[in-house]
Amino acid sequence: MKKLLLLGNEAIGQGALDAGLSGAYGYPGTPSTEIIEYIQRNPEAKERDVHRTWSTNEKTAMESALGMSYVGKRTIVTMKHVGLNVAADAYMNSALTGANGGVIVAVADDPSMHSSQNEQDSRFYAKFALMPAFEPSDQQEAYDMPKLAYEISEKYHLPVMMRLTTRLAHSRAGVVINNVLEENIMHLPEIKDQFMLLPAFARKKYKHLIAVQKDLEMESENSPFNKYIEGIDKSLGIIACGLAYNYLMENYDKCNYPILKIGQYPLPRKQIQNIFNECDEILILEEGMPLVEEMLKGFLGDPKIHGRLDGTLDRDGELNPMKVRKALGLPKLYSKDIPELVSGRPPALCVGCPHTDSYKALTEAMKEYGKGHVFSDIGCYTLGYLSPHNAIDTCVDMGASISMAIGASDAGFFPAIATIGDSTFGHSGITGLLDAVTQKSNVVIVILDNDITAMTGMQDSQINGRIEQVCEGVGVEKEHIRIINPLSRYHEENVKVIKEEIAYNGVSVVIPRRPCIHVFAKKKR
Amino acid sequence: MKKDIILAGVGGQGILSIAAIIGTAAIESGLHLKQAEVHGMSQRGGDVQSHLRISDKPIHSDLIPNGGADLIISVEPMESLRYIPYLSENGWLITNTKAFINIPNYPDYDELMKTIKSYPNHIALDADEIAKSIGSPRSMNMVVLGAASIFLDLSYEKLEEGIKIIFGRKGEKIVDANLKAIKAGKEFTEQNK
Repeated sequence: MKKLLLLGNEAIGQGALDAGLSGAYGYPGTPSTEIIEYIQRNPEAKERDVHRTWSTNEKTAMESALGMSYVGKRTIVTMKHVGLNVAADAYMNSALTGANGGVIVAVADDPSMHSSQNEQDSRFYAKFALMPAFEPSDQQEAYDMPKLAYEISEKYHLPVMMRLTTRLAHSRAGVVINNVLEENIMHLPEIKDQFMLLPAFARKKYKHLIAVQKDLEMESENSPFNKYIEGIDKSLGIIACGLAYNYLMENYDKCNYPILKIGQYPLPRKQIQNIFNECDEILILEEGMPLVEEMLKGFLGDPKIHGRLDGTLDRDGELNPMKVRKALGLPKLYSKDIPELVSGRPPALCVGCPHTDSYKALTEAMKEYGKGHVFSDIGCYTLGYLSPHNAIDTCVDMGASISMAIGASDAGFFPAIATIGDSTFGHSGITGLLDAVTQKSNVVIVILDNDITAMTGMQDSQINGRIEQVCEGVGVEKEHIRIINPLSRYHEENVKVIKEEIAYNGVSVVIPRRPCIHVFAKKKR
Repeated sequence: MKKDIILAGVGGQGILSIAAIIGTAAIESGLHLKQAEVHGMSQRGGDVQSHLRISDKPIHSDLIPNGGADLIISVEPMESLRYIPYLSENGWLITNTKAFINIPNYPDYDELMKTIKSYPNHIALDADEIAKSIGSPRSMNMVVLGAASIFLDLSYEKLEEGIKIIFGRKGEKIVDANLKAIKAGKEFTEQNK
């Protein structure tokens, strides 16, 4: 029996590899990044030459995965929850085209927003798309699920979601490894129009998708990942989804209440009905948003259903053993408070970070215009909002810096500045830049080029080495693409360049270029 | 056997190496293990922690409940106190005393030390200084691990084995420096417990 010590994310990667994976696609995003990273460094993936390079964004990743599925191969596409918004067009339609080779859409949600802008729950997307979903409770299930997920995906010709949350994604445990399945042989879809979504075909496919829901429900009833655990005390029944099951069991040596452990969706209707009929009250434990709870409670609010909606559990934020303990009405455990002298230690830009020098120059160049002019984006450089930098004013979604600067400039706001990282620019900035060029917006776009996708832990940036060519190709005038070196000894020069481009009435791109200190350190070694 | 351990520090200080070595030693000893760590934004100079759980029985939660930790092992003094709510009544606080100051409102150092010493079960050592004195200044984290080693209920040899496995690909010199560091930390605790 081979046992590996794996993060939840790594277990999914190993599970997909052992289930005959031919290609992995994704864009880095905490807490999903380690799935692809694991596959990238896995010796067997190298030997089998499993496709494993990063995509430009989640949408291109999702579409590439569909292409691999089209020719009959098993594939996985990975992203964080907000990445699924980017991939949503392809994702939603993939429920209609369905899959040929099995497709797993692995999405890692971040309740409590440890490294995110919101805490949306991807299970809503699975329900929205009428797609089956798997939600592991531990690392072993994270490893075991891909195999069944691919079987279901190929049996019903449907992509399936694997949803996990930060805590499992980034927690390690021993995982027992199974035998390895052969990869699929390349083959086109049996039905010629499977991937053809002309309206006449799409209407038929939608009816079919609705029709198979009862079969998917039956799969959930019989799933090894949905378990009804009998209990003698029927005053309460507990429905525990995914990881929440562990927080429940942490509080008992033996739980006397009936438990329905959920790991596969759509919800198993019979089992839900069973616990509902059998128990006086129902407590629903789910990580993220109250999806199951809302379904069961209904709009008018069945008073027997308890969870996040009636205040039994906090409405927002990650679960933990203490929150679940409180919801169960168990006595508080011994615990001392944090001593008062402990201060907060928020994350900060590293000492020597190129962004620090870029922001210093930008802030000085902007001094005469006052606050509120700098639209920013998603990455390490978002930390430039905090003291001592106080350099940026917004952070919304990947690429929003450029498009928001355009909108503000359209309203007559001057100057309108965008700051965006190299990888984020490749991900979603180019389309905004095209808008700016087409309508001759008066904006300065600062592309902070540190040679890497830094915040998620040093992944290659697809646009690496081609930023100015891309800007020029999109139509930015060559003399207004200015490359500067963000080092303190060039500070005066850099301020001057930024001031010149603010003064220019049109689209300017300033590229402060210096590798992330971690890339620099790595190359030196 | 059950050991619930909170590892604490500032992003980049090397708590994940401590976790990896204890984890490897635990697995090599045939124990169950769960270890939750922090990736992403907080790693950039923010406070980071890892929940490390070892047991001879299967472990449910990836997170340690309040009042459940047998040990807090910290590579930074203020960070050791951030996780006090997790410490059990008879738990041990083991911390480096060398402050990592990257915030403007870091507490008064003497007050900080007084607070740490107000917990009856504590080991406080200047692991940076000890690491320097044995000629491996970058092995501060292993000195702290050494200081905690006698509380882990894992054999010292297994921890040494863990160091050899985790640092092996970095070469013999680095392995030796880390072995020296863990030994120095262990000796400190034996003399000062």
